[in-house]
Amino acid sequence: MAEIRVENLHKAFGDFVAVRDSSFTVAAGTFFCLLGPSGCGKTTTMRMIAGLELPTSGRIRLDGEDVTYRRAGERDIAFVFQMFALYPHMNVRANIGFPLKSQGLPRDEIRRRVDETARILRIAHLLDRSVSGLSGGDRQRVALGRAIVREPRAFMMDEPLGALDSEFRALMCGELRALHDRLRATTVYVTHDQLEAMALGDTIAVMNAGVVEQLGPPQEIYDRPASMFVADFIGSPAMNFVPCAGPLARGSAVVQVEGAAVVVPAVAEDVGDAELVLGVRPEHVRLDDAATLRARVFGVEYMGTTQIVTLTLPSGNRLRARIASDQAARAGDQVGLALRGERLSLFRRGDGRAIRTALHEAHHG
Amino acid sequence: MAEFRFAGVTKRFGSTLALADLDLAAADGEFIVLLGPTGAGKTTTLRLLAGLERADAGTIGIGGRDIGREPPAARDVAFVFQQFSLYPHLTVFENLAFPLRSPALRTPADAIRDRVREIARLLQIEDKLDNRATQLSGGQMQRVAIGRALVRRPAIYLMDEPLSSLDAKLRAELRLELKRIQQELGATILYVTHDQTEAMTLANRIGVLDRGRLVQLGTPRQIYEDPVNTYVATRLGSPGINLIPRALLPSLATPRDTATIGVRTEHVRVRRVPDAGADGARGRVTWIEHLGDQNHLHVKVGDHDLVTLVDPGAALAVGDAVQLEFVEPLYFGAAGARLQ
Repeated sequence: MAEIRVENLHKAFGDFVAVRDSSFTVAAGTFFCLLGPSGCGKTTTMRMIAGLELPTSGRIRLDGEDVTYRRAGERDIAFVFQMFALYPHMNVRANIGFPLKSQGLPRDEIRRRVDETARILRIAHLLDRSVSGLSGGDRQRVALGRAIVREPRAFMMDEPLGALDSEFRALMCGELRALHDRLRATTVYVTHDQLEAMALGDTIAVMNAGVVEQLGPPQEIYDRPASMFVADFIGSPAMNFVPCAGPLARGSAVVQVEGAAVVVPAVAEDVGDAELVLGVRPEHVRLDDAATLRARVFGVEYMGTTQIVTLTLPSGNRLRARIASDQAARAGDQVGLALRGERLSLFRRGDGRAIRTALHEAHHG
Repeated sequence: MAEFRFAGVTKRFGSTLALADLDLAAADGEFIVLLGPTGAGKTTTLRLLAGLERADAGTIGIGGRDIGREPPAARDVAFVFQQFSLYPHLTVFENLAFPLRSPALRTPADAIRDRVREIARLLQIEDKLDNRATQLSGGQMQRVAIGRALVRRPAIYLMDEPLSSLDAKLRAELRLELKRIQQELGATILYVTHDQTEAMTLANRIGVLDRGRLVQLGTPRQIYEDPVNTYVATRLGSPGINLIPRALLPSLATPRDTATIGVRTEHVRVRRVPDAGADGARGRVTWIEHLGDQNHLHVKVGDHDLVTLVDPGAALAVGDAVQLEFVEPLYFGAAGARLQ
């Protein structure tokens, strides 16, 4: 399996820049997710890696070899799309074996590899069936089989679960990850669904307007978002943003929020008098009558183990808290809010970038 | 606003039994959500109350009077559909005012204006009243569609998946708005959905339907914590409740006749042990799914997959052997019914 290296990749369609000067490496054998809203450049990036689109400038290397301008068919990369097209007149075995047949491989070899693929996907019992009678899940497995059977250097998957209903999507998500754990194939996976990316990826690249805003393991991105865009995109309910004020010199660890002092991780850079935004994950808010930060409960949503409490701050700003559902909270209640200081993020309002604090230091030692 | 009541209501379409012997009574001002998959009978129930279908047996009452033979217009209900249709050539104000302009109502012009303004304020679209309906975003359009039902002050609001065409963020926002508006108006609402989050967060009581039968009616908490059978247990909770065959856990003490043990993901405690023994309450970690605030730990017990919630900080890795402990497990018999 191959390492994919993307160097200063740039793609413009006329005046529109789809991918802006992006560089990253997909280590051999990793499950790499390109995550972002529609129009962020994630599919264009994948299509350039696969050779379905030529970059305006930049380089793409597969195991060190420059493949930037090589045709798709010569890159040895397999593609799995959202809408899987199977040949309806062929049975499962013929569908899976088709890519090998068109390569002109001997029949014994094709038979051996189709059997092996079917075993990996656990669809060996379906090989002689017609594809038209298969369930959605089995069709998806056959489509995957057609990609796997080629033993390519890497897989490209463009929202392969996008067309499925949520229950089935969760199931296929688990299967895809289990499959990856068995094959350890380098996989680039495009999605706009943050839960899918969190569940599947070893590494996630969050893209926004043609730029990779952050790249890292799922937990790292969740815990230490590099920008307000990333913070808002990952997590449900989303991270709360509350305007806050300094003064904030290097080393200080208190900000003023709605007239109350709130402890934050010690600031590790000079902030000056920039306008700031405090980022608070819903699970880092606790209701505490003794706290000086006050709010009124706007609404309570029971979710089973937990409940989401929407709170109105004195300024009218809203904040969501995720707390245990056995804790009493009723619309109209006046409450105090205790925030988990060491887990909070700080952003500059101007460019939305995260401010370096002890939150980052603690992690990187 | 008014209470409503179904007593012994049955509805067939040809040989299909759409609704079987439904008994359901809602108090004035109550928010009732019917939950179930496609074909469970949710929409049929709504349409029966609206008068768009006629029951084969049983009685339906609104505000204490039998309305089984009344035409839809006489029943004083307002319907909000999944696909909102607004008049594109009219402004938001005119779209909202339209139901009040019906000749039968003879509402005076200032009364219409006041009512439209009041509803627009509730829905937070006051500043959009002069816009064309086509100039609105999807969320605003759906607010207007809900607003058209609200202006009328009917006895009961009927809502058929009104939020399902919106994206996740908007849905979360409107869910909260709808609950607030319902409380502010003291409205009686019968609401149909297959979305468990909507059911849990909106309802005073949830009615769980299975192939035309109302299997359980209760508060979201009762349905979640105290389900009457495995079907109801699997309706709520994400990820779903773990249903484990009794035979996999020979050492566990259970009531007699237990066939299945149900454990919610948050009620499985895991502890790493040196190796997975033959004991059924042990398993092996197959996958750790990151969610940010929590992780889902997938554990294989025998040939059965189990999901539990763990803190992101938990020191567990794929391949680890773990000892499982169940807190407050639920016991079910062979046919799925709950055993106490």
